[in-house]
Amino acid sequence: MSTILVATEIRQGELKSINLEVFTAAVKIAKEINLTTTALLSGKNAASLAEIPAKYGIEHTVVVEDAKLEKYSPDCYAAAIAEVARQKDAKVILMGATYTGKDLMSRAAQILDTALAQDCTAYRAEGGALRFTRPMYAGKVRAEVRVASAPVMATFRAKTFKPEENPVAAKVEKLQLNLPEPLTVLEAIETAAAGKLDVSEADLIVSGGRGMKDPNTPEGKENWANLEKLAELIGAATGCSRPVSDDGWRSHDEHIGQTGKTVSPMLYISCAMSGAIQHLAGMSSSKCIVAINKDPEAPIFKAADYGIVGDIAQVLPAMIEEVKKLKARD
Amino acid sequence: MNIAVCIKQTPDTTTRVKIADNGKSIMEEGISWIVNPYDEYAIEEALQLTEKHGGEVTIISLGPAGIEKTIREALAMGAHKAIRIHADNIPADPAVTAKALAETLKSGGYDLIFMGRQAVDDDHGQMPALISQALNLPGVSMVVKLTIEGNKGTALREIEGGHEKVSFNLPAVIGANRHLNVPRYRSLKGIMQAKKIPIEVKQAPLTAEKLLLEKMEYPPAKQSGKIFATGVEAVPEVVRLLREEAKVI
Ligand SMILES: Cc1cc2nc3c(=O)[nH]c(=O)nc-3n(C[C@H](O)[C@H](O)[C@H](O)COP(=O)(O)OP(=O)(O)OC[C@H]3O[C@@H](n4cnc5c(N)ncnc54)[C@H](O)[C@@H]3O)c2cc1C
Ligand SMILES: Nc1ncnc2c1ncn2[C@@H]1O[C@H](COP(=O)(O)O)[C@@H](O)[C@H]1O
Repeated sequence: MSTILVATEIRQGELKSINLEVFTAAVKIAKEINLTTTALLSGKNAASLAEIPAKYGIEHTVVVEDAKLEKYSPDCYAAAIAEVARQKDAKVILMGATYTGKDLMSRAAQILDTALAQDCTAYRAEGGALRFTRPMYAGKVRAEVRVASAPVMATFRAKTFKPEENPVAAKVEKLQLNLPEPLTVLEAIETAAAGKLDVSEADLIVSGGRGMKDPNTPEGKENWANLEKLAELIGAATGCSRPVSDDGWRSHDEHIGQTGKTVSPMLYISCAMSGAIQHLAGMSSSKCIVAINKDPEAPIFKAADYGIVGDIAQVLPAMIEEVKKLKARD
Repeated sequence: MNIAVCIKQTPDTTTRVKIADNGKSIMEEGISWIVNPYDEYAIEEALQLTEKHGGEVTIISLGPAGIEKTIREALAMGAHKAIRIHADNIPADPAVTAKALAETLKSGGYDLIFMGRQAVDDDHGQMPALISQALNLPGVSMVVKLTIEGNKGTALREIEGGHEKVSFNLPAVIGANRHLNVPRYRSLKGIMQAKKIPIEVKQAPLTAEKLLLEKMEYPPAKQSGKIFATGVEAVPEVVRLLREEAKVI
C-alpha cells in the first residue's frame, strides 16, 4: 500500500518537537485518505532515534545511515528523501517548515519533478485529494493550494499541530541508498547561548519593542531585566522587534516579523511595541496575544486578546508579582 | 567575477492587500512595486564582490514587461546588465519560474548566482534550493555572512537557534538573508546610469503549473480583545484570565 512519508530533521542528536507535530499530522491525514505512514530518519545516529516515530503512531520507520550523510548537506539529504519516496511509493511527503525543512523539501520536489506547498498552517482532505492552507503576503491573505502532481509535498509551520502520543509497534528498516557526492561541506554548527530557547521553537514568548528603551540607560536596563524575569518565570523565550535588534539592544536571533522569524506560540506578550504591520506579519498567528503599551491608539491592541494600557516600567513588575503569586499557589 | 542576481518584483510591504474578484489573486491597482527586500541584500553582496574582485553583475527577473521599472531600480544600485525573461504573469508555482530561470542561468557562465531568501508576496522560500538543485551546483540558503577566496566560498547560514558554517566550491547559488550586509541607497548618478542600460528580453517556454492556487481568503477577523485602560490595576485580572480563560500560563 502507498504511504505518506515524513522526512525528519535531526539536530544535535535530537528529534525536535516539530517532527513529532508532523508525525501526528501524517497519522491523521493517512486515516483520511487511506495511506500507510512512514518516517525517514537520515544521518549519523539516526538508528538511535528509530523507536520514536512509532510512539506517535507512525507504522514504518526507514533509517538511512551512510558515510555521505555523516555531515549535513542539503543536496545529499534531499537525494535521500527523493530516493526513499520512490522506493516506498510515497504519495505524500511531509516535513516541518524549519529553515532546513523548507530548503530540503524544495530540493526533493525538484528531483521528483513535483510541487511543494510551503509553510502550511492547515490541510483539508476532500474526496481523497489534499488541500493546504498557506499564509501569503506575510499572513495578510491565506491561500488554499493543491499539488496537481505526484507525490504531493508540503511543509507545516511549527505549532500547527500538537504532538499526540499514539504508540504502535515499531517496524524499523535500514536502507542502503546510492547517494550523490555532497556538494557542500558543513564545517561547524554554532549554537546560541546554551539553554537559550529559540523563539521559533517556544510555546510562550515575551517580546520587547523600542518603547522598552535602550538597555544602556538605567530605565531601559531595568525594563529588559524585568522582561527577562517574567520570561524566566513562565518559561518563555524572549523576542524583539526589528529596530531593537538593529540597534543592537538584543541579539538578531530574537528578531520577529516579516524580515525576521515567524512564530505562532500559545502566548505572545508584546511589551512596548507599536504593532507595525511588518511585526504583526511574524506573530499574528499566535494563539493568545497580550499587549502592553502606554498609547491606547497603538495598532498592537487591534491584534491583542488582552491589552493593558499602561507604562511598561510599572506593568511588568506588577505582572511578575502576580505570576509569582499564582505559581506559589500551584 | 561574473555574478547573476535573480530578483522579483513584489508589492511594498506596507501594501494593504486586497483580493481580486476572481478570489485567486490580488488586486494590482494602487500597489507600489518594489524590489523584493531580501533581493536587495543579494544585489548588495554581488556589488561588493565585483568591487573587490572585478567583474559584472547581471540582474535577472522573470515576468511581464511591467517589471522593467523594478529591474531599473535594481540596476540603479550599480548593477551592470539586465535580463528580463518574458512571462505574461509571474507563475504561482515557483518550480515553473525555477525551470525558466535555470535555463537562462545555465548559459551565463556565472561564478555566483544570488537570490533572496524568499519573496515577500508568495513567501515560498524555495527558489535558491530549486535553482541549486536544477543546476546541480552547491547551494546555501539563509546566508548571513559570505566569504569568497579564489574559487572557494564559506557561508554562515541561519538555522533555528544558531548558525551553520558551510564551505563549497564556485560556481554556487546563494540565498541572501537579512544581516548579510546593509544595502546601499540608490544614488542619483546610479538612477541616471540605470536608465541607459538596455534590458535584454528573453523568451522562455513555461511548463505547466503543478502548484495550483484555488482560493484566497483573508484570515478570520480577530474578535476584539479585552483592553484594560486602567494600567497596573488591570494586571491581576489579566494574569487571572491568562490562567483561567486562555489557559496559557
Ligand atoms: C521592509 C520592512 C521590513 C520590516 N520588517 C520588520 C520585522 O520583521 N519586524 C519588526 O518588528 N519590524 C519590521 N519593520 C519595522 C516596522 O515597520 C516598525 O518600524 C517596527 O516594528 C517598530 O518597532 P517597535 O514597535 O519596537 O517600535 P515603535 O514603533 O517605536 O513603537 C514603540 C511603542 O512603544 C510604546 N511605548 C513607549 N514607551 C512606553 C512605555 N514606557 N510603556 C509602554 N509602552 C511604551 C509606544 O507607545 C510605541 O507604540 C520592517 C520595516 C520595513 C520597511
Ligand atoms: N519571477 C522571478 N524572477 C527572478 N527571480 C525570482 C522570481 N521569483 C523569485 N525569484 C528569486 O527567488 C527568491 C525566493 O523566491 P521564492 O522562492 O518565490 O520565495 C527571490 O528572493 C528572488 O531572488
